[in-house]
Amino acid sequence: MSILTLFIIIPTLTVIGILFSKSHIQVKWVAVVGMSLQLLSAIALIFLYLAERRAGNLDEVLFVQNNVWYETLNIRFYLGVDGVSVAMIGLTALVVFAGIFASWDIVDLPREFFTSLILLATGVFGFFISLDLFTMFLFYELAVIPMYLLIGIWGSGPRHYSAMKLTLMLMGGSAFILLGIIGIYFNSAPSGGQLTFDLLQISKQTIPINVQLFLFPFLFVGFGVLGAMFPFHTWSPDGHASAPTAVSMLHAGVLMKLGGYGCYRVAVFLLPQAAHQLGWIFLILATIGVIYGALGAIWQKDLKYINAYSSVSHCALVLFAILMFNQTAMNGAIMQMISHGIMTALFFALIGMIYGRTHTRFINEMGGLMKVMPFLAVAYVIAGLASLGLPGFSGFVAEMTIFVGAFQNADTFHRVATIIAASSIVVTAVYVLRVVGVLLLGKIKNEHFETLPDAKWYDKISVVTLIFGITFIGMAPLWLSDMITGGLGPIIHKLLAAAPILN
Amino acid sequence: MLIMRHELLLIAITVILLIVEIFLPDTQKRKIILPAIILMAAVTILGFFPGTPGILFGGMYQSTQLTMMLKNILNIGVLIIFIQSVDWLKQEQNKEKVSEFFLLMLSTLIGMNFMISSGDFLMFYIGLELATIPVAALAAYERMKEKSAEAGVKLIFTSALSSGILLYGLSMIYGTTGTMYFADVAPLITGAPLQVLAFIFFFAGMAFKISLVPFHLWTADVYEGAPVNVASYLSVISKGAAVFIFTIILYTVFYKIAVMWSELLYGITILTITVGNLFAMRQQNLKRFLAFSSIAQAGFILLGMIGASQLGMTTVIYFALVYIFSNLGAFGVVGIISNRTGKENIDDYDGLYRTNPNLSLVMMLSLFSLAGIPPLAGFFGKFFLFTAAAKQGYYILVLIALINTIISLYYYLLVIKAMLLNNSDQPIARFTSDGYTRIGLLMCVAGMVIIGFASSIYEVVYNLSYGLY
Repeated sequence: MSILTLFIIIPTLTVIGILFSKSHIQVKWVAVVGMSLQLLSAIALIFLYLAERRAGNLDEVLFVQNNVWYETLNIRFYLGVDGVSVAMIGLTALVVFAGIFASWDIVDLPREFFTSLILLATGVFGFFISLDLFTMFLFYELAVIPMYLLIGIWGSGPRHYSAMKLTLMLMGGSAFILLGIIGIYFNSAPSGGQLTFDLLQISKQTIPINVQLFLFPFLFVGFGVLGAMFPFHTWSPDGHASAPTAVSMLHAGVLMKLGGYGCYRVAVFLLPQAAHQLGWIFLILATIGVIYGALGAIWQKDLKYINAYSSVSHCALVLFAILMFNQTAMNGAIMQMISHGIMTALFFALIGMIYGRTHTRFINEMGGLMKVMPFLAVAYVIAGLASLGLPGFSGFVAEMTIFVGAFQNADTFHRVATIIAASSIVVTAVYVLRVVGVLLLGKIKNEHFETLPDAKWYDKISVVTLIFGITFIGMAPLWLSDMITGGLGPIIHKLLAAAPILN
Repeated sequence: MLIMRHELLLIAITVILLIVEIFLPDTQKRKIILPAIILMAAVTILGFFPGTPGILFGGMYQSTQLTMMLKNILNIGVLIIFIQSVDWLKQEQNKEKVSEFFLLMLSTLIGMNFMISSGDFLMFYIGLELATIPVAALAAYERMKEKSAEAGVKLIFTSALSSGILLYGLSMIYGTTGTMYFADVAPLITGAPLQVLAFIFFFAGMAFKISLVPFHLWTADVYEGAPVNVASYLSVISKGAAVFIFTIILYTVFYKIAVMWSELLYGITILTITVGNLFAMRQQNLKRFLAFSSIAQAGFILLGMIGASQLGMTTVIYFALVYIFSNLGAFGVVGIISNRTGKENIDDYDGLYRTNPNLSLVMMLSLFSLAGIPPLAGFFGKFFLFTAAAKQGYYILVLIALINTIISLYYYLLVIKAMLLNNSDQPIARFTSDGYTRIGLLMCVAGMVIIGFASSIYEVVYNLSYGLY
């Protein structure tokens, strides 16, 4: 049995443990224990992976577990990881761990809350470790559905509307993905032989070009919806604004990465010719998304909306980088996913904590919070600086890599797109600094705020974990970058092989 | 003798129950409930023992491994319905006619078994009638209620009409081929205009039973008026049996004109799924809601039949099996709540989770399974249906069906929203359901959870199925 099965077994056991817990406190501690174990296994996985690679293991994926599930259709329970998935698993474990502590205050139906939250996490973990398209899709849908309950029951504002909108849009995306997967399945053996859902086996085949051109838009849009691709991003601001803290963290931090990861791992990897031919359409959309999200964030007054739009911008940058089709930019895309995942989780955690104290999220009703809650305020400044790409934090490494990679495409179209996307950095600086200025500095506008408490111990655990994540990657990016580069090899190879066929 | 094992066992327990019924005084009729369930459970278990395939009555009756499996599936469904009905049968108003419920249900089940095993159109028709007429009596079971009586009358009229149309089609088949035996008819089907007309009449007759659009108009009214357990029987067992025999006849008798009927099914599928879904969205009464949802589900089943592939037949049977558990779960919850509180509207379910969490959970799982959400069995069923249709190259149809799954998810979520998200000043009060209901619902949940993961079930079905491709 491979170490990867732990990532499904631990959450399942945790859920069972939660269902049998007697009190609120017990529920929380079971969740904490379960997710700590999960984080430890993720760290162990990273070390084991690096050790294997250092020992000279050059297999495309490691820690493989391959069992037949449905024999007739050749559906397999096939687990395995490369550098990219290991990085994503590390991110997920970190954010889920922080998320448990950030939702310590949940009073209403805590058992159901933590069950849904961990089910969601199970889906995400399962998605990242699956190498069979069927199980991948199964886990994908499993990750989306608990969102409806999480936002609908524990959310705020127009939560029913947001939950329904989010669920339907994401499931609409998954309907497109399903069509794409089935289409790939029936073309997975163009030269005869057994049809397969096996991702690696399919990647060794060349699917007929007309099929690729038909399926690529479905898959890219399908995953793009979850990756908040313009114009399918509209669920994201509403959903994030209505969601409870931990759910916003998980959603923006991890779940949206499923979209980018899927675009990269399924759409581009398996359909490279179509990606080359049709990529420009999505590149335009991604570029619009980058700048639109940033501009949208400027206009908002609600903290969560600001961050949601900023997420749209950052996630669009991931798709933008993937569509540049070169090693450096792709590397940046994965780095950006990790960096944005941790950073935005930190943002949403802090916003949740601030809202829990001030009971407002409108920035012009607040001010001078630096004096009242210095710990949270400083953390917010750190998150903000990471967001606008200050060197020393993960955001800088990621964005730098992306734009360097994007600039390698020397034609006018790519240059223009790159310049437009790069200009979003300035806009980001505007909205981040504006929030910091209005929210944290200046005078305290409401006298009730003067007596508000600073972070509790569980808030601190959550925040410190995430800050550690962004600074660690920012200070020592090379090991991560190396790990990702190793994983990117096959896909870059495949893309390069696909390009000459066109020319 | 062993060839007709399923039918004979059912007839035997029907006779036993009939005799027991005679000796029970009017006030003691309830005592028949437990023996009836035990006998049905015994029959269900006995059905799983390996049997010998064979042919009787010169080919009018044929038993194969496939038909035995289909009968087992129906047996399980009926057993669950029996268990779920207990709470309702114990009500004061039903105390004198408890045994009728079991007797009528068993006789329809016998009819269905004969229908599935038929090797000739006459046997098929007799089975069909035996399967239909007692259900009309069951629909009118609560005859003092106006709506129940109306449901019975509506059902009998539409059934009579559809049977007439079906018979007309069968007579034309006899006219063009000179025989009623499936095996003899099949090679003589050439696609001549009269045969096409005959097929269309036959199709229309079956479409009434499966309630495909545009032959679905009776469905919602009958489901609403009939007692919940009868409605669930109609939507699951009746429909399932009709789907099974329809698939068998399409595959074994009309395979020569498969291209033609695939085109016909193409259009009907789109219509059925879309209309079923659009109407389901606007329903307030949960029985009507489930009626339209089951119309849409029937449309999904057609996806598997199109193209006449082995994969298709497998998925049709597999999906029907999954659908039995999912729909019975939903109907079971609606039934117990209707019995205890008389409430059947979606609005009444507001805040149900706070007062009756377990029932809400069962309902949620059932609806998620119907909507095709993993890891429940409904997800696997839907996925395989789409795979079967895509295998024949019907990508556009699959896309339309996929868009419809999103619509269906919307209305299933509306019920889940009422139960879990909404709050109410006067929620349905907390009540404890009896042991029978719990066992019934637990069986449904177990089915929904296990069937998807246990791939061996799918493999068994696949090995018994057949098709042109």
